[in-house]
Amino acid sequence: MALLEIENLHANVAGNEILRGVDLTVDSGEVHAIMGPNGSGKSTLAHVLAGRPGYEVTQGRVLYKGQDLLAMAPEIRAREGIFLAFQYPVEIPGVSNVYFLKNALNAIRKHRGLSELDAFDFLSLVKEKAKLVEIDEELVKRPVNEGFSGGEKKRNEIFQMAILDPTLAVLDETDSGLDIDALRIVASGVNSLRSPDRAMIVVTHYQRLLNYIIPDFLHVLVEGRIVREGGKELALELEEKGYAWLEKEPPLPAVPAR
Amino acid sequence: MEAVVEETVRSALERSLADTFRERRSPRDPEWLVEIRRDAMERLTEIGFPTMRQEEWKYTNVAPILKTAFVSAPEEGPRRVEEPREGTQLVFINGRHAPDLSSTPRDGVQVGSLRHLLTAEPELARPHLARIARDGNAFAAANAAFLEDGAFVRIPKGAAVPEPIHLVFLSEPVFGPTMSHIRNLIVSEPGSQASVVETYIGTAGELYFTNAVTEVALGDGAILDHYKLERESTSAYHVATMEVLQERDSRLTSHSMTFGGALVRNDLNVRLAAEGADCTLNGLFVGSGNQHLDNHTLIDHAKPHGTSRELYKGIMDGKSRGVFHGKIIVRPDAQKTDAMQTNKNLLLSREALVNSTPALEIFADDVKCRHGSTIGQLDAGALFYLRSRGIGEREARDLLVYAFASDVSSRIRIAPLRALVEEHLGLRLPGGGA
Repeated sequence: MALLEIENLHANVAGNEILRGVDLTVDSGEVHAIMGPNGSGKSTLAHVLAGRPGYEVTQGRVLYKGQDLLAMAPEIRAREGIFLAFQYPVEIPGVSNVYFLKNALNAIRKHRGLSELDAFDFLSLVKEKAKLVEIDEELVKRPVNEGFSGGEKKRNEIFQMAILDPTLAVLDETDSGLDIDALRIVASGVNSLRSPDRAMIVVTHYQRLLNYIIPDFLHVLVEGRIVREGGKELALELEEKGYAWLEKEPPLPAVPAR
Repeated sequence: MEAVVEETVRSALERSLADTFRERRSPRDPEWLVEIRRDAMERLTEIGFPTMRQEEWKYTNVAPILKTAFVSAPEEGPRRVEEPREGTQLVFINGRHAPDLSSTPRDGVQVGSLRHLLTAEPELARPHLARIARDGNAFAAANAAFLEDGAFVRIPKGAAVPEPIHLVFLSEPVFGPTMSHIRNLIVSEPGSQASVVETYIGTAGELYFTNAVTEVALGDGAILDHYKLERESTSAYHVATMEVLQERDSRLTSHSMTFGGALVRNDLNVRLAAEGADCTLNGLFVGSGNQHLDNHTLIDHAKPHGTSRELYKGIMDGKSRGVFHGKIIVRPDAQKTDAMQTNKNLLLSREALVNSTPALEIFADDVKCRHGSTIGQLDAGALFYLRSRGIGEREARDLLVYAFASDVSSRIRIAPLRALVEEHLGLRLPGGGA
């Protein structure tokens, strides 16, 4: 059984059909990149997986660990191990990062039948993970994303991912708006979290990120369908030729789940 | 042709007030005090209770209060002694001082019942009483007409009081609907510094009427942190006026936190009467069910170099209704005034409602005045962000409500009070403060 099986997924946003039959299978330990032009449905796919209200699935199904993912509330998906790194992380003034994360982590632990972490154990976890993703500990104590630079917000997403230790991480355009130094730090954070027990779906518009996060598989999404799949060499081809040559491609036939 | 005869139909409350006023006997009171009461009763008769046709009462219908023949509570004997909390605490039950529940004031600070003061040292009250609060609305006039008891606090010149002074007003109606005309006088003498906490609370579910007036005089350079915590029964009516007179370079920080009451009206009027006076008004009103919570503030910049900062936040759920009306006057003399007013409101249900009306009246030409007002709902994006991290929907909503109120609640400098306010905000997440 694969970790994630997406079959013939169709989804509407505000009445417009954005996903028009996506098939994708992801196994533990794998890193999948999803590339595509603006408006191709990359971010929609990421949000549908995380359960954002207003994203309406009209056809198809998604199995996560063999269970119907689409029937789960967003918080249940998170507790079951799905993590979405947001393209535009939300600012929450008045609530510190550590308070927010401690509650999130303990909600996840409770769901899994684990005891809640006390303040001391939680803070040592914060120290350890902050070092891993190279985020300033002071930043971690500040209100969630308030007054953070674009790079700090993205780094905070990766830091949250490190703390919450997901089984399936979906990174939605984590590279957008980052300069090369910030990109390198974020990518090295992501790489340090690669593990045989964790799968990642990296959604990006630019090939640049894939110089740092080398995917096992690459899928090209155009107009709500996956039109081409390949290894990391496909990214270089896209870099060279752009997306235009793929826009006339017919969708790939559905691949039966592995 | 039929003649239309205009007849004044008096409400149950008005009849009850008139009867009580006629029957009262206070032979030992000084003549000037008797005069204050008489003038106030005349004023009340003349202006009458407000209707929604009046601009200041456009959104608040006081008819429910007038329908009930509230009576003042009878005198009571000494009550059981409870362990007083830390610092100075003065307790009033149904508007009457309860000495057994009150703790001794610290040296140098005068904290006691106004009633006692009016008997023992009336001349200390005379320069301020009913002089700071003049020409108020009908409720303030009724309060003055029945002026009898409340708290008197005097911080002597240059004194700095580290511990907060707690004034607790408890309503425990025994013989039907009780009304309390609480009258407080706080005198911060020049160069003094103190914190005063007024708490209004009552037996859950009971119908009663609190009609309070607090007069505050801040001398030159005096600093006062004033907290008002309103936690009345959700069946109770609460009308309160606070009138502040600020002298040169004095600094007031007011925190008004409104949680209880079926119908609540707060009037906070601050007069910056001398150069360099500074006031900060923080407000939080949190309603649910059918609560009606009305906050009117008036900041009167009368002299140059005054600063005012106002931030009021409303959180309305259920079918509750909130009102914010904030007026700032900058008089011709008040050059270099720096005023900023913000009102933000959060509606948690479709049926909740808020009316927000800022009003600036500027008669000087070299001033800095800004105001802003918003009404919105919980941010769906933020809610999803929290849920996507594993936090349940209800906890996520609580956390966002808490976050919305945090810039007001975090300014509360008394930790137990801040914790109490956070509890009222419904923070159900384990592990305490955020």
